[in-house]
Amino acid sequence: MTGQPATSAQPVLKTEDLVLYFRTTKGIVQAVDHVDFELAESRAVVVIGESGCGKTSFAKAVLRLLPRNVDTYRGRVYLDGEDIMALNDEEFRLRIRWAKLSLVPQAAMNALNPVLRVSDQVAEPLLIHSHDISKEEALERAREMFRYVGVPESFLHRYPFELSGGMRQRVAIAMALITNPRLIILDEPTSALDVLTQANIMNVLKKIKWETGTSYMLITHDVATSSELADDVAVMYAGQMVEHSDAESFFSEPLHPYARMLMAAVPKLRGDADLEFIPGQPPSLLDPPSGCRFAERCPFRFDKCAQDPPMFMVGDRKVKCWLFEKEAQGVYGSTPAAVATGD
Amino acid sequence: MTTMTHTAPAAPPATSENALLSVRHLKVWYELRKWGFGLAGYVKAVDDVSFDLHEGEAIAIVGESGCGKSSLMKAILGLVQPHDGQILYQGQDIFAGGRAGLRWYRAQVGYVQQDPFGALPPFMSVRRILEEPLILIGMKNREERLARIREVMEEVKLSPPDDFLNKFPHMLSGGQQQRVVIARAMIRNPKLLVADEPVSMLDASVRVEILKLLRQIQEEHNLAVIYITHDLSTVRYFSERIFVMYAGKLIEKAATDELLWHPQHPYTLALLNAISDPDAANARKLREVPPGEPPSLVAPPPGCRFHPRCKYRIDGVCDTDVPPEFEARPGHFTACWLYDERFAEQRRALEADLEA
Amino acid sequence: MLRGAFKELLRYPSALAGLVVIFILVAVSIYTVITIPYEEAIRLWRGGEEVWGDVPKLAAPAWLNHFSSKKRPLTVKLTSEDPGVERNYAQISDDLWVDDVTYTFDFNYDEFPQEVAITLLGTFQEKAPYVSMVWVKPDGTEIRLADMAVEGGKRVYRASQDEKLSRKLKLPANANPIEGLFAEDPTAETPVPMKGTYQVRLEGTLFEPNATLESKVVVYGTVYGWAGTDHLRRDLSIALLWGTPVALSFGLLAAVGTTVLTMLISAVGVWYGGWVDALIQRITEVNLVLPVLPILIMIGVFYTRSLWAMLGIIIALSIFGAGIKTNRAIFLQVKAQPYIEAARAYGASDWRIIFFYMVPRIIPTIIPALVTLIPSFVFLEASLAVLGLGDPVLPTWGKIIDDARANGALYQGLYYWVLEPSALLMVTGVGFAMLGFSLDRVFNPRLREL
Repeated sequence: MTGQPATSAQPVLKTEDLVLYFRTTKGIVQAVDHVDFELAESRAVVVIGESGCGKTSFAKAVLRLLPRNVDTYRGRVYLDGEDIMALNDEEFRLRIRWAKLSLVPQAAMNALNPVLRVSDQVAEPLLIHSHDISKEEALERAREMFRYVGVPESFLHRYPFELSGGMRQRVAIAMALITNPRLIILDEPTSALDVLTQANIMNVLKKIKWETGTSYMLITHDVATSSELADDVAVMYAGQMVEHSDAESFFSEPLHPYARMLMAAVPKLRGDADLEFIPGQPPSLLDPPSGCRFAERCPFRFDKCAQDPPMFMVGDRKVKCWLFEKEAQGVYGSTPAAVATGD
Repeated sequence: MTTMTHTAPAAPPATSENALLSVRHLKVWYELRKWGFGLAGYVKAVDDVSFDLHEGEAIAIVGESGCGKSSLMKAILGLVQPHDGQILYQGQDIFAGGRAGLRWYRAQVGYVQQDPFGALPPFMSVRRILEEPLILIGMKNREERLARIREVMEEVKLSPPDDFLNKFPHMLSGGQQQRVVIARAMIRNPKLLVADEPVSMLDASVRVEILKLLRQIQEEHNLAVIYITHDLSTVRYFSERIFVMYAGKLIEKAATDELLWHPQHPYTLALLNAISDPDAANARKLREVPPGEPPSLVAPPPGCRFHPRCKYRIDGVCDTDVPPEFEARPGHFTACWLYDERFAEQRRALEADLEA
Repeated sequence: MLRGAFKELLRYPSALAGLVVIFILVAVSIYTVITIPYEEAIRLWRGGEEVWGDVPKLAAPAWLNHFSSKKRPLTVKLTSEDPGVERNYAQISDDLWVDDVTYTFDFNYDEFPQEVAITLLGTFQEKAPYVSMVWVKPDGTEIRLADMAVEGGKRVYRASQDEKLSRKLKLPANANPIEGLFAEDPTAETPVPMKGTYQVRLEGTLFEPNATLESKVVVYGTVYGWAGTDHLRRDLSIALLWGTPVALSFGLLAAVGTTVLTMLISAVGVWYGGWVDALIQRITEVNLVLPVLPILIMIGVFYTRSLWAMLGIIIALSIFGAGIKTNRAIFLQVKAQPYIEAARAYGASDWRIIFFYMVPRIIPTIIPALVTLIPSFVFLEASLAVLGLGDPVLPTWGKIIDDARANGALYQGLYYWVLEPSALLMVTGVGFAMLGFSLDRVFNPRLREL
């Protein structure tokens, strides 16, 4: 499946003006700041960013896995056209979470319950979300899933500590898959794994995508590995989404200055480019600067950057940077004016 | 924008005689005890490893988790006693000199760890952290210590030093923390630096900074460096030679570019094939990965340890006899039976894949 | 880091309350030790006739009168040497001298005194002086109490023991003679003391020129001081005051001793591992099974009840307790930290690592634990005292409770005797607990809620 423009068919996921702020002893952390985003069906998007850019919080905002110190949580999230923000917590839990939207969390290998056998853990989401399935049927489905992700059947009735890291990660993926969700969100699925295991897991994910048409949102800071799965790429910086393109265009020529510098900072095994690094640090999410948040580290900044740019549409690509104002065909999502007057 | 070239400097002629560090048939075996008393076996983390490291030379030891590279590193640092074999520093066995000898040796080696935050005691200020190695070496004068601390902080670009001296680790960013770790490693002017995954826990944009810093320090002080990692992509920016480790053994040794462009061992080939560069085309095909998992170090497979996963294996040979080192190309050594003259025929399959 | 913690601490009201309580306790301790030195306290607590003779027995605190409509009597003490006492010394004939003393006092209370005691002290060569005692009620009624010769130089008359007086006054069978002396109508259902001015007239007759006659009249009240008295007439305030430094120092020494030693031992065990660690764990496990209180009881019965010996033994039994296990868990985590490995790599010695790299990590958990441990030891000491194993000479809170229990305080309605030491114990416990829990929240922020 090569990069194709997003069809006018219903996107599987769409967020409008999504906001998530946390309250801490030091103030309010603006983790997700007015993010507009959409993902077409059967496509995989990779959300790239460094630590503290808000990508994990974005996933949590979509999944409504919120901690206790939430200050603001609003915006609209559409799953297959349905506004899931409007559902109350119980409905969300029953119908959406893990039924249509599932998560493979960070360090999933450590998120397995150490006192339950892996087969029981994989079968559990099925038992919770389907009312008329028996335990035997659920275990049978679990066995199918294991085969699918490549875990030998002999491990079915073992405990997590008996499995290697790679296998545990595969169990976590099986757990996320078993209810046939529409969208799987994976948070750093391979960062703690070795190169060969990583490649293996990526193969599994690719296979699943080609065979079932599930959509993916893969969150990672590992730009190189992300290209293994990406149909689309979204870059986050300081709580905002700054670029959203198809993978083909992005990897050959990123638009946003931050994305460009990030790509230049990735060591490549093959290829002769020199390595560059980005001086300075990302702004604190406690008190982000008004105007473009990357401006102070950007070598291309000019005076317009004192204003927060909107997300310009350049062909099928979206980029949040004043440099593209002239060639843009329009603006995507909410305009910064509306954003700036909000709180 | 600061840049860093990828060309590795030429390796000096490698002879055993002028080696700074010489590892000879090192075995690091951990005892497994049954019920606290009976011996149940050994975890053979490092099983007969030999290599030489010369002054000013930077080498990378590459391998996946469980291959034994951490144990090798601990032995080189003098933190674990080897089961067998020797580690010679400037010709002297580091374990033969008793506690005084070991203490002298430790002042000659700097250690940079993977986790920058964990490597620093959270309740000590930067000044105190950097003072410790100096106190241990007997530098009694406080002014003298402070001067040296300032000096080394300038070197790692934590400047002005006074801004950082009284800060605690949690007040620093990841990159700054790692600079403190490097400062601590350098503060006694060692001749050898051991860096264990020094950038893997840092953000992508900071990694380059730190790698560049390490490179600069290495060149300025003519340091010998052992850079341990599983991320082959960073190795090109840092080392002259690469050693690949698998299941406790070194299976390939070569100059960096030579190994990256002409890998000889099937495992190295598989490793290189599994690494992605950012390229959208990756999403359209599956990567070839050798089946199975790295073997247990308690009961490793007989013969070549990679043979259960190797698609070029020669039955009857690879599964019974441990392969010795062959010089597959000039200066390029690999422990694989395919490089024995007797098996030139079987080697052709591998050569065909290498051309690809 | 500690300075920041202290400022953080002051944000919690419970911490402030706890600090105030502890400060007051410490201030009281210091004050007590200075004003009533150790030797003095022991002497007072040992008691005896000379020390507490003129103090009523089992008297409630005097301030209770403020809260009651019925005023209970305070003690009145008059001696013949007091100025203003009417005295008449005259020679009647060659071998007869008269020495009359008239004591006058006001009694305006609603309850009867506990006792009236008249002490006669005489010096003579051959013939003891003879004294007639007359009681004069406010309404003028005179009652002849007794006539006695001051044999042996000292005689004490106690009205409550005078059966002849009961019969003389025609009191009902079990009535207290004191009622006869004070009541308007001693034969009434519930007699009420007469308020007014009373007199005690001692008509003394001396038979020698150099004979002397001194006397003392004590009308024992039923309330005394700010703490009341016990069965041995001892002012409880001595024990309450002195109990404070004893409790605090016992609690502090035991808590600090136990905590520090536990920490060091588990640190050593974790660092050296192997058989050292195994040995410490086995000792701990055996020690955990040992019953502490029965052992202390045995030691108290067979060996010594000295407070400081008990302290030593308690510490010894507590070191290898549950603390070893929890400290070990924390130290194991600390030991696995990369910076410990780095320290070994740059050549830090084992002891340096233990003291400078591992122990500082555990101090935040230990400080709140130590503070909350102090009252446990205070209570332990009190419990031992209640079981009769208290230190034999020191006045402590536990001792008061023990005496109260042994003398049936609650049964007799002498609530103050039990409530006063209990209140102090509770206040101490609560004070340290409040401070300890706040410290816990400051040092272990994971317990804090945003």
